[in-house]
Amino acid sequence: MKYLCTIYIDEKKLAAMSQSDYQAVVQRCLDYEDELRVSGHMIAAEALEPIHAATTVQMRGGKMSVTDGPFAETKEQLVGFFMINAGSQDEAVRIASKMPQAQIGSIEVRPIKDLTQH
Amino acid sequence: MSQATKPVHEIVDAVYRSESRRILATLIRLLGDFEIAEEAMHDAFAAAVEQWPREGVPTNPRAWLVSTGRFKAIDGIRRQARFVSDGPSGDGMMTELADRLAAETEDIAEKLDESVEDDRLRLIFTCCHPALAPDARMALTLREVCGLTTEEIARAFLTSPATLAQRIVRAKTKIRDARIPYQVPSQSELPERLETVLHVVYLMFNEGYSASSGNSLTRADISGEAIRLGRLLLELLPEPEVTGLLALMLLQESRRAARSSPDGEIILLDDQDRSLWNREFIAEGTALVRQTLITRRVGPYTLQAAIAAVHAEAQTSSATDWQQIVALYDVLVQMIPSPVVELNRAAAVAMRDGPEAGLVLIDALLARGELDEYHLAHSARAELCRRLGRKDDARVSFERALNLTQQEPEKRFLKRRLAELA
Repeated sequence: MKYLCTIYIDEKKLAAMSQSDYQAVVQRCLDYEDELRVSGHMIAAEALEPIHAATTVQMRGGKMSVTDGPFAETKEQLVGFFMINAGSQDEAVRIASKMPQAQIGSIEVRPIKDLTQH
Repeated sequence: MSQATKPVHEIVDAVYRSESRRILATLIRLLGDFEIAEEAMHDAFAAAVEQWPREGVPTNPRAWLVSTGRFKAIDGIRRQARFVSDGPSGDGMMTELADRLAAETEDIAEKLDESVEDDRLRLIFTCCHPALAPDARMALTLREVCGLTTEEIARAFLTSPATLAQRIVRAKTKIRDARIPYQVPSQSELPERLETVLHVVYLMFNEGYSASSGNSLTRADISGEAIRLGRLLLELLPEPEVTGLLALMLLQESRRAARSSPDGEIILLDDQDRSLWNREFIAEGTALVRQTLITRRVGPYTLQAAIAAVHAEAQTSSATDWQQIVALYDVLVQMIPSPVVELNRAAAVAMRDGPEAGLVLIDALLARGELDEYHLAHSARAELCRRLGRKDDARVSFERALNLTQQEPEKRFLKRRLAELA
């Protein structure tokens, strides 16, 4: 089963971290990614630019609408994701719980839906 | 006085006034970053103040300033690279950036003159990019394209310089981080992107034209900037709707002096002293409308300008060609189905066919609910009821309008009307 683990962290908290603390967290994340690669769980993982760089696009009636945002109204923002292979929801949650980001923010674990299967 | 006899600092000032926006636009393209480009431009002008008295004013001051600015920026990045070793970008990346900039922009001086107008257009499209927050687009355009200071813009928008500066910084950060491109959109994207640009310019104009509040002089300045921007756009991109928007702004601006009394009271179109209308603006606006109508590519701005031109032509309110105005609104309603446009059409119908006919349309519009919170819908209804002698209905609608508006002159106007009914 594939699972998408989306990582939500208060961007203000990240911005407030010292350079060395921040680098340490980044290093732990990279190490954990390597670990998941070796164990065969990893499909992909990326971090995202802060939410102020986000743009929303919609097509309605053939017309494209591009807007600034979404805005950081919620306390925590989507800052990155892991796509993993796991045998069950429990295993996926176990993997997510060890992500260093889980100690700062929260991680949403969602099974991937296969659109070709009914 | 010739350049040779003028004091050099005066020449530098004059070049700053006439060329700084062009230089900035080109530096942003060359350096790929608003902040670095602004700093580079200021460094270049500082260098001019120092070097021109000694070495003489260069033949092409703009090219000199652009290449000096570029050199200073690359030099600055190189120097910074030596000090920053543990930052997130690392010193390797900084040096790489400096090398890339140096290599990519080497032959700029020769190509400068052919690309400079494109750079200004690029800057306009970037500042008005739909991915930026709407209020940031206007502020950024006034800052970067028009060259107003943050303080001037803050005063015009009745907000604090700190708030405004933050808005501008946020927009610039987004341009950088989201890699919003610095380019004129391709032909296929142009219509929609141009629409956004024209919308920013028109909002800017209205910001200065609405009789809401604040120092009236400063507000007129903002309208003036919007008109200047309209002229610049027309020069750079002679599309029919660009012409239409400039015409619309000129025709509306022509009535500014007649729109309010010396003590700031609103004067409606019917009651305006038409001798106060600015004939030069009317002549220019009307000529632009004619020019655009011939192209047969008529958009909403051109149509609104055409309506304004019909008003401007009339010697008196009663001599207005209401038949033609209603016909133009008929087309406009088809083009932009909006209850506000329908309301304006209803007011024109009332002038052509009498208040009863207009009232039927306005009541039908209000029954749809979309204009229920729009004070002008209620005051238009009240006005027609007043003309029909239906005093009680007029009073109810004037009171409703009064509850809905926040604008002080508007409130005073409605109170006056209510007092006249009593």
